[in-house]
Amino acid sequence: MRVYCAVFALGLRRYSTYRAATAAAVFTNVVFGLINASVLLALFHARPEINGYDATDAVTHVFVAQALMGPAAVMGPPLELAERIRTGEIAVDLMRPASPLAWWLSHDMGRAAFTVAARSVPTFAAGALVFPLALPDDPARWAWAAGTLVLASLIGFAFRYLYAASGFWLLDAKGVSAVSHLLAPVFAGMLIPLVLFPPPVADVLRVLPWAAMVQVPVEVFLGKDTVPGGGPAGALALQAAWAAVLLGLGALVTARAERRVVVQGG
Amino acid sequence: MPSSEPSAPAPAEGPVIDARGLGRSFTVSEGPLLRRRRRTVDAVDGVAFRVRPGETVGYLGPNGAGKSTTMKMLIGLLTPDRGRLRVLGMEPARHRTRLAARIGIVFGQRTTLWWDLPLRDSLALTRHLYRVPPRDHARRLAELTDLLELGPFLHTPVRQLSLGQRMRGDLTAALLHDPDLLVLDEPTIGLDVVSKATIRAFLARLNAERGTTILLTTHDLGDVERLCRRVMVIDHGRLAYDGDLAGLRDRAPGPRTLVVDLAEPGPPVEVPGARCVRRQGPRQWLELEGNPAEVIAEVARNRQVADLTVQEPGIEGVVARLYQGDAALAAADGGE
Ligand SMILES: Nc1ncnc2c1ncn2[C@@H]1O[C@H](COP(=O)(O)OP(=O)(O)O)[C@@H](O)[C@H]1O
Ligand SMILES: [Mg+2]
Repeated sequence: MRVYCAVFALGLRRYSTYRAATAAAVFTNVVFGLINASVLLALFHARPEINGYDATDAVTHVFVAQALMGPAAVMGPPLELAERIRTGEIAVDLMRPASPLAWWLSHDMGRAAFTVAARSVPTFAAGALVFPLALPDDPARWAWAAGTLVLASLIGFAFRYLYAASGFWLLDAKGVSAVSHLLAPVFAGMLIPLVLFPPPVADVLRVLPWAAMVQVPVEVFLGKDTVPGGGPAGALALQAAWAAVLLGLGALVTARAERRVVVQGG
Repeated sequence: MPSSEPSAPAPAEGPVIDARGLGRSFTVSEGPLLRRRRRTVDAVDGVAFRVRPGETVGYLGPNGAGKSTTMKMLIGLLTPDRGRLRVLGMEPARHRTRLAARIGIVFGQRTTLWWDLPLRDSLALTRHLYRVPPRDHARRLAELTDLLELGPFLHTPVRQLSLGQRMRGDLTAALLHDPDLLVLDEPTIGLDVVSKATIRAFLARLNAERGTTILLTTHDLGDVERLCRRVMVIDHGRLAYDGDLAGLRDRAPGPRTLVVDLAEPGPPVEVPGARCVRRQGPRQWLELEGNPAEVIAEVARNRQVADLTVQEPGIEGVVARLYQGDAALAAADGGE
């Protein structure tokens, strides 16, 4: 366990050295948030309420989503693991007396923790300076929201781990990542809130794992509680279930990949 | 997890590596998509050898000979499909993590260090990875920092290190848990002369003082001449030679070279029993085929000679001849 704490700490420190990249990412998130918010405001000007969202909810959604860009990494970056598989450096990794899944998970959670402080907070604060945002007034709600953030990060990691691990079978995992980074923002509610889809479509998308990275955390933050089962606990349970499924799949794939390397010779 | 595997320490005087009839084949597909054919490559084919504690063994061979495949089997990264293999008393493929705690591995072109962080951070991590008590870790780190002169760049991000510095860092990372066996795949590849010398001197000392067993593959015969009392040569997956360097020279006697300094530059010397292979000003290099004394006498009769020396074949030449697949050598037994 110690080693994974150490890897988490190194992951955090590592990303803290990328000052310029972090500043650029905050800038992009804020600008994209401003544009997205302006478009939605125009839309809500025509219709003050769409499927349970009002204009303030929509703008808040945009900035929570932008704040999740770093930790949940819906649109990347891909895990370095992908590159290590491609170049064969993975051999060195497999010789470590540590689980590759837990190793990369700790590493990525270190990265996520850093981005919460260095990207999420300033991005959301910038949004709050420009627009009136809907903030929870109940401290418990903030705690639930923090929980959804952690689970969203785990799911974001699990997806990227699976994409990267596909490189054991495909010559290059880049294609898989590219397609997913195109579709995931739509399914997640990152590009536009899922409530803008027709309700039957939104209801299906909401229970899929992508929504668990953005739409579900946003709704917990907004106090919408639309997840079947009701209440923030239901939302977190849904996220936790997806995290467990995807990480379980990750563990399975890891075991397969290790066997492939060791028995078949890569 | 390594700790849950039953412990089975190797007897102290037993071999560190014991390979018998070790073999590994790969199936490769080749040719155009529609007429693809499958072919079996015997990457390692019936290799047998033992390495005793404290030995330093060089593992040589041309590209594609099977060196890396052997190394991968030794560290448990690849299962053999023939033969029997024990490393430190363990079956590598079955006990990879437990074995990893007792061996150090350096791949010359791969690094385990964290690129963006100071070297010190990567080294600190190995303490947790191998569960080294903090005091032992601190002591070993101090020792290795001293021996490999890491001091000046311990706090520098790895990305900014020179190749030689990085290699010293990788060696340190591989040795902080005090392994019994150090496996090196091309440790000096791409390094400058000074870095090579530092690393060779360090490895020699590690072997002499700690008794760490070292197995290294290399293309650099300087490594072998400086470090290895024993060399194994692999070619086409089979051991072509296993013994000391002197024996290797005897086994594959290359031609000796007569270096002639003439009084003045001239056409190539032509005498029976020798062949001019190179000319530079008044100096000529003759490959000796016949009796040196007779050749020298003949040269002196034909030309005005200022100086003469006979050069023994370098190890490069010897190994090159081995690779060329001398029929007699190919039939040579694979050690043991
Ligand atoms: N994973 C693999 N799949 C197919 N062929 C392989 C694989 N690994 C090695 N080989 C083949 O086995 C032979 C020995 O390779 P290798 O052990 O890497 O040689 P060396 O390290 O001596 O250059 C080569 O012909 C190589 O192409
Ligand atoms: Mg090789």
